[in-house]
This record gives sequence, structure tokens and C-alpha cells, in this order.
Amino acid sequence: MQKKTAYSFPDEILEHVFSFIQSGKDRNAASVVCKSWYEIERWCRRKIFVGNCYAVSPTMVIRRFPDIRSIELKGKPHFADFNLVPDGWGGYVLPWISEMAGAYPWLEEIRLKRMVVTDESLELVAKSFTNLQVLVLFSCEGFSTDGLAAIAASCKNLTELDLRDSEVDDLSGHWLNHFPDTYTSLVSLNISCLGSDDVSFSALERLVGRCPNLRRLLLNREVPLDKIANLLSRAPQLIEFGTGTYAAELRSDVYSNLAEAFCNCKDLKCLSGFWDAVPAYLPVIYSVCSRLTSLNLSYAPIQNPDLTKLVSQCPSLQRMWVLDYIEDSGLEVLASSCKDLQELRVFPSDPFGEEPNVSLTEKGLVAVSSGCPKLHSVLYFCRQMSNEALVTIAQNCPNFTRFRLCLLDPKIADYRTLQPLDVGFGAIVEHCKDLRRLSLSGLLTDRVFEYIGMHAKKLEMLSVAFAGESDLALHHVLSGCESLRKLEIMNCPFGDKALLANAAKLETMRSLWMSSCSVSLGACKMLGQKMPRLNIEVMDEKGPPDSRAESDPVDKLYIYRSVAGPRFDMPPFVWTMDEDFASELS
Amino acid sequence: MENDLNLKATELRLGLPGSDEPERQMTPRPNKRTLSDIVSEGSRSTTEEDHQDTAPPAKVQIVGWPPVRSYRKNCLQGKKDEVEGGTGMYVKVSVDGAPYLRKIDLKVYRSYPQLLLALENMFKLTIGAYSEREGYNGSDYAPTYEDRDGDWMLVGDVPWEMFISSCKRLRIMKGSEARGLGCI
Repeated sequence: MQKKTAYSFPDEILEHVFSFIQSGKDRNAASVVCKSWYEIERWCRRKIFVGNCYAVSPTMVIRRFPDIRSIELKGKPHFADFNLVPDGWGGYVLPWISEMAGAYPWLEEIRLKRMVVTDESLELVAKSFTNLQVLVLFSCEGFSTDGLAAIAASCKNLTELDLRDSEVDDLSGHWLNHFPDTYTSLVSLNISCLGSDDVSFSALERLVGRCPNLRRLLLNREVPLDKIANLLSRAPQLIEFGTGTYAAELRSDVYSNLAEAFCNCKDLKCLSGFWDAVPAYLPVIYSVCSRLTSLNLSYAPIQNPDLTKLVSQCPSLQRMWVLDYIEDSGLEVLASSCKDLQELRVFPSDPFGEEPNVSLTEKGLVAVSSGCPKLHSVLYFCRQMSNEALVTIAQNCPNFTRFRLCLLDPKIADYRTLQPLDVGFGAIVEHCKDLRRLSLSGLLTDRVFEYIGMHAKKLEMLSVAFAGESDLALHHVLSGCESLRKLEIMNCPFGDKALLANAAKLETMRSLWMSSCSVSLGACKMLGQKMPRLNIEVMDEKGPPDSRAESDPVDKLYIYRSVAGPRFDMPPFVWTMDEDFASELS
Repeated sequence: MENDLNLKATELRLGLPGSDEPERQMTPRPNKRTLSDIVSEGSRSTTEEDHQDTAPPAKVQIVGWPPVRSYRKNCLQGKKDEVEGGTGMYVKVSVDGAPYLRKIDLKVYRSYPQLLLALENMFKLTIGAYSEREGYNGSDYAPTYEDRDGDWMLVGDVPWEMFISSCKRLRIMKGSEARGLGCI
């Protein structure tokens, strides 16, 4: 510990002050004020967020922060969600668990996103962290219900188990039975991703029945509709509920039991699930609708008028996820009924269909932007857009923080003027000064990137596909977007020049992904040599890059800053470009 | 609709004697109307071209576009595989004059009245009553369908079960264009 000067506070006071600083960013800022603050801060940091598990090694984290209770790790790049990252790429959590097992026996929270989690890792978690309270596996894969059984059996203090969007191996084990009868502390359970046979329904009922603090329960599709009423009656204190399949033959006893069960859930604010939903059973939730702040119907094949009727009964909605069956007409009703709406996501019911199957256009989004003053987060899939509409939307909603527009035909022009959509997106970045996340689509030239570089000063994440004409576009973004952390690009004509000219910028970002672009192998090698604190990973399933000419474009490129150096768990189709690359292959 | 003429006993089939497989029929069923019967001369709606027998070449799917996660793509197909026409589950529905198609799951309905009511609600139009002699004469709209043989029929011409198993897609035509249909 540093020698204290007469002017500094005693450590205990500083530590107490730091305990009020929760945000990682603020803690990081405090830690670089001076050496004594760095020391005090690192001993009392309890929570750590690692946005890229390869940016730092577990050893380094443990060395700096000896007493962590809560860790969040992210693995694969975002485009892995859309099958752009081949299996075996990496993102393994086991090395982290192994090292933390010894260093952080009091670990309470583990949150993982896009990581490969094996049963071995879960068994190690169960064995090593007796105080574990929160386990969140968001979009993870690699484990089975055996691993879950180990967690259930050992983690007596578990309050939250969330398997959101993960891929779990379907073994016919009754893992829920492994929660001992004495276990009563469950508060949040999300098993919506599990396949068939994974859930023993009677074990689930007993578990729900003995956990009086259960507030969040998201079931999987296999739970039949006629079982829901019983479940809800054991947990009327639920705040968030996700149904299983929402289809069954209409039977009056099932219907009335359901209606009564929902009616008794006085705290219910969030609903989801609704797989295969049929209109007949929708009215059972009407008693809850007026209180709902979040409704996820994005798995429900319900169409209008039933869908719009349901939406019109939910005036308190803040978050709405829905399929494009809502159509423009339904969105107009949403706009007039839901004045507290903050987040809207509209997903495509027929993403690969060539003809439109619903009447959902730019008009729906314009209506919501006009009617909902608190709207700040949008994800919208549709088939046509105009600059005029985008300008209107931008003017209606200067508070946008997230704007993601996905036109199903990725290079489609303004349908009214046949012009590129540069001006429209330009208006978005110009008016929405707090925009943190943006996804572009449609016919776009270098112009839109000029606007983005000029205006999008708070932008942290940008997703680009089939856009731009030259390196100038990429240069605008890299040189202009001061807050940029993540940039992901697919199928754009961007090459070496912008990348090499802005190499230093890459060290200020978390990561850059470029696939099906025109970056040459030679440029990757050069970057690898010039920038030792960047990992330049070239991915090519056709064979080692050196078998091709220096000028050949690489298939996929993933660049991220790291203090841990190149990783050693790469599959055969990933190569790191560093100083040793050339010599390694000879 | 309930009283089936027992055609099965007299129809010609390609199958071996005793086999039950519904084969392509050699003789046209009495209730069949050809598309040209249904569409009055000189008027061809815009959806006509969409209903060619030859499907347009499938568009090459780009990896990663649109950015929809695989579990979302899968969930809409239901627990069983979605079957296009053929066994009559999800079928496309087009309406003359409307620029888009809808899809419905025929399995959800139990009878013609239920189906027609659903279509009326879905597209905000009136279809009216079916009569075996006159079809949908007098209605604003007449629902027709393409069966497995590629023939266009009036919805209601065949027993419900047969309809469900043979309907490939639906087309709701303007009533004026469906006039003049007659049964044998």
C-alpha cells in the first residue's frame, strides 16, 4: 500500500466513498486518479464487466481485483447470432471458472453472454461457488440438462436462473427434481429455451409452490395451456410470466380456470411466451392488460383483428415486441393507446418470403413515432421505406437511443423516389443526438456514412450490411464517431485504406467485425505487426491464408483490443496476424 | 355438402386394385370448374400472374440476412414442419385488389362457416352464403381455391375433409368475376 500523505483521507473513508460508486465506468475513472486510489479501489471492487472475454485473461483480472462477487462476461461477436461465426470459434468459459474457483469462493453472480458453457463448467460452478445467487446464461451453448442438475442440486442460495435464448442439449433428465425439497429461495426462473422432455412438470409445480418469493417465471413451449392455471394459482405474486404453448381446443373449464388464475395475479406486469397462440384464449388475459408494462407477442401467430384488439387494451405498455401481423393498422392503434411506449420491436413473420404477406410498411413506424413521445428504442423489420418517412420519424423522436431498421431486401431504395436512403438515416443521426446504437439497411451510398461521422457523436454500436461504395465510407465512421465501441460490417466494398489510416482508432474500440468485404490479407498482416495491442483474427474455412496472395480479400476479419495477447484456443480456421505469423507458417 | 356422391367406387385410378392412395384422377370430378370458367372473359386481375403453375426460381438466401435468429425462424413453423399446400395446413390467401398475401392455417378451422367467417374478419369483406346451384351469386366476394390437381374450385364444392386435404391455396375473387358458375 502507498504511503499516505498528510493530505489524503484514511483508506477506510475512501473505501466508504467508493462503495457508493457502482458503475464500472466511474470506478475505472476513480482508479486512475492516483496510485493510492487505484489500490483502494481494486480491493473494494465487487462487480466486474468484461465485454470481450479475450480482451483480458482471468489471471489478470484476479490479480488486480482480489475480491469480486459478481462477474459478467461476453464471448462471441454479435454476428454469431446470425450464423456468421462458425462453430468452434471460441468463447469458452471453463478457463474463467477454473481460475475463479480458487480465487473467488464467495462469488455470487455469474452472467455470461454468447459463451460456450460445458456441463463440466457448470459442475465446477456448482462445486466451487456455494454462495451463488445468480446464474444467467444468455445465448450460450454447449451444455445439457445434466449441468443444470448439478446447479440445482448444489446451489442452495440460488435466486435467479436464467437460460435466455440458450441452446441446451435435450437429455431426458428430470433436472428440476434436483432442487432439494428444502430449497425455497427461487425468485427468477427462465427456461423458455428448453426443448421437449427437459422439464418434469410435476417437479416444476412443486418448485413453484414452495418458493414464495418467485416473481419471474418464463416457461418453455412444451408446457401445455391447461397446466398454466394450476401453476399461476401457486404463484399469484408473479410480476413477470411467460406462457408455454398458447393453443388448445376451446374448453370452457380450461378457459374459466385460466381467466381466474390470471385475474388473481395482481402484480403481473410482464407477459411473454404465447407460442402457437390461438385467438380463442386471448381474452383470459384481459383482466391483466391494463397493468401490463411489457408484452412479448413475437412468437404468437395471432393476426388482426384479434391482435390489435389485444393491444388496444394495454394502455400502460412500455415495451412491445410483436410480429408484423400487427400491420400498419395495429401500430396506429398502438400509437393512440399506448402513450408510455418506450421500446418497440416488430419481427418478420415470413422473413424469407418473396412476396409481402402482411400490410406492414413504413407507415406503422411513422404512426408510432408520432403518437408515442417516450419512444426511444426501435427494432423494425419491414419491406419498404422512404426518406420522407425516416425524416418524419427522426423529427418526431429526437430521443432515440437505439434505432435498428431492417429492410428484408437489403439494398432496396426509397420506394417513392428510388433514391438511396442516405438522407433518411442522415436525419436520424442528426436529430437523435443521444443515439447509442444504429443498424442501417437499404440502398446506401458513402453519403450516409458522411452524415454518421459528422453527427453520431454518442454512437457506440453500428451495424452495416450491403452499404457504401468505397473506403471513404468506413473512414468517415472511424474518424468521426468519437464514442464508437463496436462496429460490425458485412458485405460492403470496404478495403484496406480506411482501416490502415485509422488503425489507432481500433485500440479505442472493443471490436471490429468485417465479413465479405475487401480487406486484403496483406493489410491484416500489416495491422498485426503495427498494432501489438490488437488481436487481428482472420477467419477462413477454405484454408490457411498464406496459401493465397497478399492482395486476396479475407473472408472474415475480427479485430479487438486486448491486453492478454493472442489467444491460444483458436480453431483451425482462425489465424491471428501478429509479428510471429509469418514465421509460424514457414 | 354432406351428401357425397360415392364417386370413389366408380372413379378410375392409377393405383393397384385395393390400394387406398388418392391418385391423380383420370376423369374430372363433376364439381370442378376451370379457371377460365371462374374468371369472366377479358378481365385478368393483377394476382393472376402470381398464380402460375411454374414457381419462380427460388431466391438465393444470403447467410446472415435478414438478421433473424434461428430460434425465431424455427418457432414460426410450429412444432410440426410447415407444409406448403399439399396436405392443406398453411395456405396462402390472396384477395383480388389487395397488394399482399396472407397465410392461414386450415387446421384451425372445423367447417366451412368457420373458415368463411375468419376470412371475412381477416380481410374485412362479405362473402355471403354458398349454394350448390349458384355458388356465391349475389355476394361481393367469392372464395376459390386451387386443389392438388391444379384446378380452381369454388370453396364449398367438396366435402370439408376433402377440401382440407386438397386445398393448396385460396383466392378470394370479386363476386362479379365468379358469376356464371354452374354445376353439372
